[in-house]
Amino acid sequence: MLIAKPGLDGHDRGAKIIARALRDAGMEVIYTGLRQTPEMIASAALQEDVDVIGLSILSGAHKTICPQLMGLLREKGMTDVTVLVGGIIPEADIPELKKAGIAGIFPPGTSTQDIVTFIQNRDATAS
Amino acid sequence: MAQQDKGTTQTAPPPDTAASGRKPSPRERQWEEKTLAATLAKSPQRMQEFTTLSGHPIRRLYTQADLAEWDAERDLSYPGEPPYTRGIHATMHRGRLWTMRQFAGFGTAEDTNQRFRYLLSQGQTGLSTAFDLPTLMGYDSDHALSEGEVGKCGVAISSLADMEVLFDKIPLGDVTTSMTINSPAAVIWAMYLAVAKKQCAGWKKLSGTIQNDILKEYIAQKEYIYPPEPSMRLVIDTFEFGVKNTPKFNTISISGYHIREAGSTAIQELAFTLRDGLEYVEWGMRRGMDVDAFVPQLSFFFNAHSDFFEEIAKYRAARRIWHKAMVERYKSKNPRTWALRFHTQTAGCSLTAQQPYNNVVRTALQALAAVLGGTQSLHTNSLDEAWALPTEFAATIALRTQQIIAHETGATNTVDPLGGSYFVETLTNEVERGAWDYIERIDAMGGMVAAIERGYPQREIAEASYRYQLALDKKEKIMVGVNDFVSKEKPLEILQIDETVAHRQAERLSKLRAERSNDEVQRRLSALRTAATGKDNLMPFIYDAVKAYATLGEICDAMRDVFGTYEEVAIT
Repeated sequence: MLIAKPGLDGHDRGAKIIARALRDAGMEVIYTGLRQTPEMIASAALQEDVDVIGLSILSGAHKTICPQLMGLLREKGMTDVTVLVGGIIPEADIPELKKAGIAGIFPPGTSTQDIVTFIQNRDATAS
Repeated sequence: MAQQDKGTTQTAPPPDTAASGRKPSPRERQWEEKTLAATLAKSPQRMQEFTTLSGHPIRRLYTQADLAEWDAERDLSYPGEPPYTRGIHATMHRGRLWTMRQFAGFGTAEDTNQRFRYLLSQGQTGLSTAFDLPTLMGYDSDHALSEGEVGKCGVAISSLADMEVLFDKIPLGDVTTSMTINSPAAVIWAMYLAVAKKQCAGWKKLSGTIQNDILKEYIAQKEYIYPPEPSMRLVIDTFEFGVKNTPKFNTISISGYHIREAGSTAIQELAFTLRDGLEYVEWGMRRGMDVDAFVPQLSFFFNAHSDFFEEIAKYRAARRIWHKAMVERYKSKNPRTWALRFHTQTAGCSLTAQQPYNNVVRTALQALAAVLGGTQSLHTNSLDEAWALPTEFAATIALRTQQIIAHETGATNTVDPLGGSYFVETLTNEVERGAWDYIERIDAMGGMVAAIERGYPQREIAEASYRYQLALDKKEKIMVGVNDFVSKEKPLEILQIDETVAHRQAERLSKLRAERSNDEVQRRLSALRTAATGKDNLMPFIYDAVKAYATLGEICDAMRDVFGTYEEVAIT
């Protein structure tokens, strides 16, 4: 699993907590660090051969970043990678993100257990 | 360690978890053995252990037994006198209310100018500027990395031209202005000073603050550009410039807010902030400045989180620690150096996306703690904090919250109303002790820059934030509406910012580059680059570049060329 901080935002409290919680749940997690472009994230995901990418976006740039990343993953033939987004995502933007291929959106207040469960059950929940 | 308060017998109740070395009076023992035991026999306490939000244990009852070593004249003293436990002014809010200073900024300079003027018209008494991520990171609005981010988290400012629009019809000579900007603080400050000059507002009278606290960027907010050494050089340059040119302007806002938002405990917030402060003092003195010359222009910025009494204790402890450090470590003689002045913001991370109207209540209680703790300036968050930047409606309620506290609650009728409380004085002592432990540990590491390089504060914060998340996941700590008292609700109407801001900025920048003297810009950037390789104070060079309408990105790039950029080793 790759946890990534795309864009300029440096708020990484959530991303770091999720990375640790997922590791504690037995998953292999790579955290990209800050200020990743969609290109850097797609390359890292390909290189590390991950099954899931988790994006942490609090900056309001999700409508730019998500379609760009999904496009790059398609280009690289990584259509079986599950992409999740956590952070500040207005409810009105959720349908657009889902249409772009984002499998799960996790607002503030999500428990770490919910995320672990979602990832473990993702093949069943794929829509 | 915690005892079960089952109360199955009438004998002496189990010892309270948070008691160490205290000696209750015979009368207190009588209470424990008779009245308390009887109550516990009927019904045990709700939890095994009661702790603050930060996990600090809290006793069932505080009495004179907790203050056996405490001396009122020495430890409490009087407001406006060392060690300033009760406040830094003799009359505090009876003399003057705190500055109501709402953090605002979004979209273009015009959008934010409008919001500034609206908030001033509604009774706020100071400005506070939020910049967008590209500006915070020293990129122009039309830089490739700015895509999708322009105007979204704050106002987009790429040049002096934008700054002029930002403060249109706002007399900088009369309105105190704070700017939340760090890595590019010197550049944004230079733009502000240039606007002031154009408005014929004398620099000697200018009142305001630049956040300019790079150490907390490495620790928590992560909006750094350059490595620590050149970044500190820039900060000390601004201190020097401020002493000479803008004596009423705070050249830094040494911040704990962001450290707390990243998940630290209250004691860590206090300790890391004050130790950052000591680091700035030492670097300033190494530059050759007298401690009493520049430290009066250093200000602080704390969080107001949800645990009411822990926050109040924190502010009181802060003042005591700072006074002691200034006098003992640096032999300061100027009371203006000893008196810690701070701005407060209520805790953004405590506000919920679920049932957002509950946030009005959270913010009010947090704001009250800040007032009772003696803050000089206050920002109250809006109810939509977890969803977007504030709508005008939400921002107005936040401002009214402060006005209601000021004018309706009686909280300002007397100085330090909680002074003398067994609980608050004990907690103040305990928070102070905890902070000194951390400060001394960081001293032993060789100071804050050294501690940051080995990842010490970052690791402490990551641990504390993970501990808190586990507590929430296990429902050991409750967040109303999130892990308990959940209900379905309709989505809020929130502020929308779209890509038209980015397009406008791109047009503006084209026009700017076409109309200015590009030769002059290049000359001044070259002069800046040369100065950056030496030891000169960079403020005059930055100011010259700003006046020629060099852009923020161009000026920051000139310094990137010389200083390089910084990348952290991530600690999860």
